[in-house]
Amino acid sequence: MKKFKRILSYTFLSIATIISIYPFFWMVVSSTNASVDVTRGRQLPGTHLIENLTNLFDQVNIVTALTNSAIIAVLSTFLTLLIASLAGYGFEMYRSRGKDIAFNILLLSMMIPFAAIMVPLYRLFGRISHTAPLIGLDTLAAAFLPTITTAFFIFFFRQNTKMFPKDLIEAGRIDGLTELGIFFRIYMPTMKTTYAAAAIIAFMNSWNNFLWPLVVLQSPGKQTIPLLISNLGSSYSPDYGMIMSAITIATLPTALVFFFMQKHFVAGMMGSVKG
Amino acid sequence: MNKLLKKNNIGWLFVLISIVGISLFYFYPMIDAFLLSFQSGMGANLEYTGLNNWLRLFDDPTFISALTNTFTYLIVQVPVMIILALVFSVMLNDPTLKFRGFFRTAIFLPAVTSLVAYSVIFKYMFSGNGIVNQFLINLSIISEPINFLTDSFWARIVIILAITWRWTGYNMIFYLSALQNIDHSIYEAARIDGASSFQQFTKITVPMLKPIILFTTITSTIGTLQLFDEVVNITGGGPGNATITISQYIYNLSFEYTPNFGYAATVSYVIVILVVILSAIQFKVAGDKE
Repeated sequence: MKKFKRILSYTFLSIATIISIYPFFWMVVSSTNASVDVTRGRQLPGTHLIENLTNLFDQVNIVTALTNSAIIAVLSTFLTLLIASLAGYGFEMYRSRGKDIAFNILLLSMMIPFAAIMVPLYRLFGRISHTAPLIGLDTLAAAFLPTITTAFFIFFFRQNTKMFPKDLIEAGRIDGLTELGIFFRIYMPTMKTTYAAAAIIAFMNSWNNFLWPLVVLQSPGKQTIPLLISNLGSSYSPDYGMIMSAITIATLPTALVFFFMQKHFVAGMMGSVKG
Repeated sequence: MNKLLKKNNIGWLFVLISIVGISLFYFYPMIDAFLLSFQSGMGANLEYTGLNNWLRLFDDPTFISALTNTFTYLIVQVPVMIILALVFSVMLNDPTLKFRGFFRTAIFLPAVTSLVAYSVIFKYMFSGNGIVNQFLINLSIISEPINFLTDSFWARIVIILAITWRWTGYNMIFYLSALQNIDHSIYEAARIDGASSFQQFTKITVPMLKPIILFTTITSTIGTLQLFDEVVNITGGGPGNATITISQYIYNLSFEYTPNFGYAATVSYVIVILVVILSAIQFKVAGDKE
């Protein structure tokens, strides 16, 4: 009986593993095959990788899209972490009744579905387009500004700040550091792993974001990677080999982040349920 | 006293940007959407039309399709995914199982892909001459290709399969980490008392994991109510409106058809109301007092 159960477990998990991995396998293999071979269902690596990549760089603006996505992801990750950690630290270290109420109100925003505020946000950015064209519609700034203040990360930093030793703050004060100085010189270096975990989640969210960039970025020169892939995917006579190589390139950064920083990755995910 | 007051003020400075940002990018839009839901007109030419938008919801066939589809995904996909994730996590929590790390990483892997990327891959895999049809024909399970993407029933199935593929491993990780906190001696005791594996699962594992199951159910529900990327990139909402979701309908109303921001805002409030109601029900059912 025990042995039977064991075999059942292995069978079940093996099937799940094959189903989970197969699309990745197919994606990578197809990026090395010609479009016809992909349609014929070829399952072996081919010799068309270079050709697919050449087509991709010649026919599609992938360099622009990669650059745009990278700019947006790096800036938004940096700003998200800075703003959220300041707030998480502030709410936890300078507790007051007023701030606790404010914190709870901010948490309510986690319940707001993005689809519900997309239209008003579009109108908001439309209105500021005339007075502040640098952050108006169809700018990279508009693509990340609404995403950099999120209750999720404030909550995440506040939870982690609970474990930060308060003695260090007193020590900093005795050494004559300003309150902000304590934050930058003592808190930030001590909380490196928390920042790493948050950075991974923020980067992934931004790199993969589709709906808001779709709404706010209209000109082809502003396209991000998800927008480009979505466009390629809806073409009438798709060049499968080329598209698969584009998808492989788009998946690489997040896959690498996952493989090299698995521990921080999981810590970031779990951050939302602690406490 | 003075020093304390000053410190309190400095504290407010730390949280100021977040308060301003969230108010501007979440709360203000919620108010604007509420006001918009009572206005109608093309583009920026809006005027107040009372409850017209709200009444229009009831005999708008596209809205009703979007609502029905979203609920179909919710009712079928969320339970299937959560049960699968629970089963995987229980299997992987067995310390004597070999290759645990490998299985765990493999099943989690889909969660690192971008929604658009995997959607396009699924679209190609399930197309008329795609790999799935070739596979099923080769195994003689079917004799002719199934129109996965152009048949209403199958198109919905593909969407459900796709979301399940992407999120099961993600939820499994939450359960696995919660399972690690359960003392193995509880299971020992249950075994000595003669409890079967199934009984251990329903009487120990599920009750112990209740808070985390509730958490994942709520996040999955909110996620499903906002479903957009997959449907747009796999089926485009078609055939007809057979797979359209509420989010996609809001997008279409605002940016694909002649823009009607007022009505789009009304539809978006439906999502907000649903999120609140469903979360409340789930809390109630789980009997969680927090």
